[in-house]
Amino acid sequence: MGTDNAAKGNPIGAALVVGGGVGGMQAALDLAENGIMVYLVESRPSIGGVMPQLDKTFPTGDCSMCTLAPRLVEVGRHPNIELISYAEVKSFAGEPGKFKAIVRKKARYVDEKKCVGCGDCWGKCPQKKHGPPSEFDAGLVRRSAIYRPYPQAIPNIATLDRESCLYFQTGKCRICEKLCKAKAIDFDMKDEEITLDVGAAILAPGYEIFDARERQELGYGRFPNVVTALEFERFLSPSGPTGGEVVRPSDGEHPKKLAYIQCVGSRDEERNYCSSVCCMYATKGALVAKEHDPDLHATIFYIDIRAFGKSFGIYYERARRLGVRYVRCRPSSIKQVPGTKNLKIRYFAENGDILSEEFDMVVLSVGLRPPKDAGRLMEVFGVDSNEYGFCAVSVFSPVESSREGVFVCGTFSEPRDISETVTQASGAASKALGILSEARNTRLPAPREIPPELDVKGAAPRVGVFVCHCGTNIAGVVNVPEVVEYAQGLSDVVHAENFAYACSNDAMEAIKSSIQEHGLNRVVVASCTPRTHENLFRKTLPERGLNPFLFEMANIRDQCSWVHKEEPLLATRKAKDLVRMAVAKARLLEPLERQSIEVTGNALVIGGGVSGMAASLAIAAQGFDVHLVEKEPLLGGNFRRVSSLLGADDPRSKLKDMVEKVHRNDRISVYTGSFVSSLDGFVGNFKSTITGPNGQRELSHGAVVVATGAVEHSPKQYLYGESGLVATQLELEAILEDEQRVRGLKSVVMIQCVGSRTKDRPYCSRMCCAVAVKNALRIKEISPVTEVFVLYQDMRTYGFKEAYYKKAREKGVIFLRYEQEEEPSVVVGNGALSVSMRDLVLDMPVSIPADLLVLSAAIDPRPESKAVMEMLKLPIAPDGFFLEAHLKMRPVDFAVDGVFVCGLAHLPKLAQSCIAQAEAVGARVGAILSRKRIALDANISQVVDENCDGCAFCVDTCPFKAIHVLEYKFKGGIKKTVETNEAVCKGCGNCQATCPKKGIYVKGFTMDQLNAVIEAALVRETADVQTRATL
Amino acid sequence: MSESTVCQAGVEQDAMVQNPDPLVLAFCCNWCAYTAADLAGTSRLQYPPFVRIVRFMCTGMIHPNLIIDALTKGADGVIVCGCHPGDCHYIEGNVRMKSRAEAIELMLEDFGLEPERFRLEWVGASEGVKFAHVMRDMTRQIQDLPPSPYRTD
Repeated sequence: MGTDNAAKGNPIGAALVVGGGVGGMQAALDLAENGIMVYLVESRPSIGGVMPQLDKTFPTGDCSMCTLAPRLVEVGRHPNIELISYAEVKSFAGEPGKFKAIVRKKARYVDEKKCVGCGDCWGKCPQKKHGPPSEFDAGLVRRSAIYRPYPQAIPNIATLDRESCLYFQTGKCRICEKLCKAKAIDFDMKDEEITLDVGAAILAPGYEIFDARERQELGYGRFPNVVTALEFERFLSPSGPTGGEVVRPSDGEHPKKLAYIQCVGSRDEERNYCSSVCCMYATKGALVAKEHDPDLHATIFYIDIRAFGKSFGIYYERARRLGVRYVRCRPSSIKQVPGTKNLKIRYFAENGDILSEEFDMVVLSVGLRPPKDAGRLMEVFGVDSNEYGFCAVSVFSPVESSREGVFVCGTFSEPRDISETVTQASGAASKALGILSEARNTRLPAPREIPPELDVKGAAPRVGVFVCHCGTNIAGVVNVPEVVEYAQGLSDVVHAENFAYACSNDAMEAIKSSIQEHGLNRVVVASCTPRTHENLFRKTLPERGLNPFLFEMANIRDQCSWVHKEEPLLATRKAKDLVRMAVAKARLLEPLERQSIEVTGNALVIGGGVSGMAASLAIAAQGFDVHLVEKEPLLGGNFRRVSSLLGADDPRSKLKDMVEKVHRNDRISVYTGSFVSSLDGFVGNFKSTITGPNGQRELSHGAVVVATGAVEHSPKQYLYGESGLVATQLELEAILEDEQRVRGLKSVVMIQCVGSRTKDRPYCSRMCCAVAVKNALRIKEISPVTEVFVLYQDMRTYGFKEAYYKKAREKGVIFLRYEQEEEPSVVVGNGALSVSMRDLVLDMPVSIPADLLVLSAAIDPRPESKAVMEMLKLPIAPDGFFLEAHLKMRPVDFAVDGVFVCGLAHLPKLAQSCIAQAEAVGARVGAILSRKRIALDANISQVVDENCDGCAFCVDTCPFKAIHVLEYKFKGGIKKTVETNEAVCKGCGNCQATCPKKGIYVKGFTMDQLNAVIEAALVRETADVQTRATL
Repeated sequence: MSESTVCQAGVEQDAMVQNPDPLVLAFCCNWCAYTAADLAGTSRLQYPPFVRIVRFMCTGMIHPNLIIDALTKGADGVIVCGCHPGDCHYIEGNVRMKSRAEAIELMLEDFGLEPERFRLEWVGASEGVKFAHVMRDMTRQIQDLPPSPYRTD
C-alpha cells in the first residue's frame, strides 16, 4: 500500500473511474480538472447513482436532484471525461502508471450518437405497463422495455432492455424502430469490447440496499404496507410514481400513523456493522412526511440514534421538537391486521414490558451492503475485501486498496453519507494524481470548438426567458405557465418557455436551440439561486456564440415559492415581478471578458497535525511545494497523545513515519513553533507572513489549507480538575501506557457526551464513543478483572466500529444508558468516587464505585483559528467550526476560491476521516496549482475616464487598495483620473457607491443596470385584479 | 386568502393596517444576506410576499442615490441587509454602508418620508431565521404606514 514509489516514469495521463454515482462523478471531475483524461464506466444505462432517487437530503433539506443535476450536467459535458455507460470492466492488468483495462459495453440497441432522448419510443412501447419493475422507482411501478432511467439522466438517451422487449422475446413488434425519427434503434447491435490505457483506477461502485425479504418477521413482501426506505423516498419525491404523495400501497390512502424501523440489515448477527446513514435518512423521511401532512404521526424505532455528522444534532433535535417520536427498541415482529391491512408492531420497552402498537404504514430502514457485483469487481481489480465483503482499506490509507494504483471511495469501502463519499472521491483523485501528475494534459482530447463570439454590441436586445418548474418546488406554488405568458409580453422578450428542470441536460439543449432559433442575445432563467446555478447556465451560452455574461437569473424558488408556500397568487405575482426585474437588467447587460492571472504554484498549510501533514504530503506528491506551519515545536497535533487505535496497530510508529515522511520530503518546508501573522490575497496569489523562533518570513503561495484542528474541552463538571481520580479520554491515553497502574484499578467509569449534545454545543463530538470503546477494550486487555462501565446516551459506533462495541460487551464492559435530562452525578468520599445514575432497565437509581472516572469531553473549535478566519474572511458554522461551501457537494472547499479546510477544524472526527479529507484537499488544491494561469472574475471595476475628475474619493474607500490616481497631459493641460489594478480588484463596488460623477462602475452591476432593476421592481401591475382581490 | 394563511407568513391582516399591499425592496449583499435569504427558502421559513430582493455584491456597492430614487419613485420601503460588522467579504463595505445609511436617514425628512421607510440590518449567511424575521418585521412596519406619497398606481 502507499503510492510513494508508484510513479516509475512516464505514467499514462488517463484514469479509469468505475461507478457513476456521486462519488465516481466527483472523482472524475477532480481528475478531469487536473488535466487527466477520465474514462467513467457505469454499469447502468446512466450515471447518477442513488442520489436522483432521493427526495431531499439531510440535514439541509436540499432537494437531492437540485444539488445533483448541475454535477450531472458538468460530468456529461466535461471535455476530459468520456462516459462509458451500460458497461462493465472485464479485466484490469499492468502496474501503477501503466494499466490496461478491457471494458465490455452492453448492447443498448440504441445508437448513442443518434438518439436525442425525445421519448417517442418509450412513450409507445407496448411493454409500458408490463415491463420489469422500474429501477428508478424502486420497483413501485413498471417501466417500458425501451426506457430512459429518469428524466434528468446523463446520457439522456434510450436503452432497450432485451429481456423484456417483445421483439426479442417473441420476434414481433419493432414499434420503437418505426417511431424513431432519429433512426437510432439498432436491433443488430452487439456487445462491444474496448481497451483502455490508464495510469490509475478509482473504484466507486457504491452499494445496494439490504433485501428486506431476508428479515421475514418484518413482513416485507408479504404485507403491502411495509415498504423500504428507498421506496418511501419515491413516495416522497415529486418525481416519484405518486407525484410526491405518500400513500399506502394497499389502498392508496394517506397514512396517519407511520413507523420507521431502524437497523434492518444492520447491526445484526450476519452484518455486524452499522450502516451509518439510516438514522438520519429516517429522521429526514419522517420530517418530510410530516411536511406533506402535518397531522401525520411518525415514530422511529431505534437502538441508538447516530446523528454524528455536521449539523445532524440540530436536525435530530428539530425532528423531536416537531413531534417525531423516537422509541428505543428493536421490534421483534410485525403482524398484519386483517381487513384494514394495518400493521401491529410488537416490541419490548426499555424496562422489559411487552407492548404492541398499530400503524397504518411501516418503513424499513434498510442497511447498506456491497453491490452484488462487488466480489467479481474485486477479483478483476485484484483488490482485497474485508470481513464484511466491502473493499479493504486502512486507517492511514482510507482511499487506497490493497493494490497499488487502484483507489477506492464512498460506500464501496464502508457505509457512509454523501458528503463523506464526495470527500473520499476527491481524496482518491488526489492519490491517483500522486501517480499521474507528471502526465497531466498529455491525453486530453483536442479542445472543443466553441463558435466565435457573436458581436451583440449595438444590436437590439433579444431576450429569451426560461422558467423552471423545479419539479413541484416552484410549480407547486407559482403558476409557471402564467409567468411564461407574462414574460412573453415584456419589452425585448422574443421567446419564453418552461422546463420541468431548467438545469437538466435536455433543458440546456433546448436553451441552446432557442438561442439559435430565436436569435437570442440575452438569456434569463427564472429558477433557483444564482449562487449555485449561475455558472452552469453561463457555461452553456458560449456553445451558441453568446458571451457568458449576457445572462441573468430570477430566483423564484428559494426567494419566492419556498417562502410563500401558502400564497400561490401573490407568489405568482412576485415571480412575474422577479422575472421583469431580471429582464430589465438583462436588456442592459454587456459582454464581459475574463482576464487571467498567473498562479503561484505552491500551497500554504496551516496546522501540522495529522490532517495538515496528510494534506501536505498529498499536495507534494503531485509535484507542488508546500509551506507547512505548526505553532507547536513538534508536528503531530492531538494525535501525539493517542496511544492506541481501533483497527490499526501502534499509532505512535505510524505518526513517527508520517512526521519523518514530511521532514524528508524536499517539497515540504516545515515551520514549527511558528504561526501565520498575516495572510491576504486571492486564489493563485496569496501572501503571508510566518512568525517563528527565527523571526519573520514572507511567503507567496497559490492556495491555502486550513487544518488548524480542535481542542478537547476542559469539563466544568464531575469534579474534573478537583479530584485526581477524574481524567478526560485524552488524559486516559497516557494512563493506559502505565500498565501497572491500570492493573491496580478495580473499577473505571466513563461518562459520554460531557459537554457535547448540550445547549451550548448541540453537536455530537463524534469520536468519543469509538474512543471510549477503544479505551475500554484496552483496559480489559491489560486487566481483564477491572470493571469498566460506560455511561452513554446513544452509542455512536457507526460503520465498522460497531464490531468493537459488540466486542467490548463480550469482554464484559458494561454499557448503561442515561437520559439527556438526567445526567449522572459524582461524589467523592474516602479517596474513592461514586457515580450515581438512574438505571433505565431496572428503573431505579444505582451507584457505581470508581477509582477512575473518565470523561468523554466534547471537542471544541480551536480559539486560535479565529485569527485565520479573520484574515481570510472565512465563514463559521453555528457550532463554531469552519463552514464549508456546501455540506454535501463541496465538503472541503470554502466559498472563497483557493482556500480549503480539513480535519478537526471542520468538525470533530476520527483520524481516518481526517486523512480522507486532507487527501481530498490535495486534489482540490492540485486543480488550481496545476494551471499556469487562472481566469479572474469578470465583475470588476472599470473607470470611465471622461466622467472621472480624479477627486480620489474612491481611492480611500477601496478596501483592497486597488485604485490609484493618475495624471496625464490632455488638451494642453493636466487631466487627473484613476486607474484600477484588475488582479487586486474584487468587484465590491465601494468605489461606485462613493463616486459622485459615475466615474467608476463594477461590470455587471452598473448604476444603469441597478437602476433598471429597481425601476422594474416599482412597476405595479394593475392588471392583477384577481390578486388584488385576495388582499 | 384566509386570515390564518396570511398569519402564517407573519402578517396580520386586520383593518388597522394602513397599507395592505406594500412594496418593500430588500437590497441584499451576495455573501451574507442573499445567502440567508436562500437559506430561509431552503428551510421553508415563510415571510410576506411583498418583498423584492435586489442582489448586490456588497452593501458597500449601494450608491445612496439608488435608495433615494427607489423611495421617491414609489417604493413603500427599502431595507438594506448586509454582513455583520467584521464579516464583510470585502473587509468593510458594510461599515461604509452604515455611514451612508446615517446620511440617508437625515435626507428622508427633506423628501417628506417617514424614517421607518428605510432600514439597515445585518444578517449573516447562516441566519435564515433572522432574515425571515426581519422581512416580516419590516413588512409590518411598512404596512403600518400609509402608502408612499410617491406611489403612482
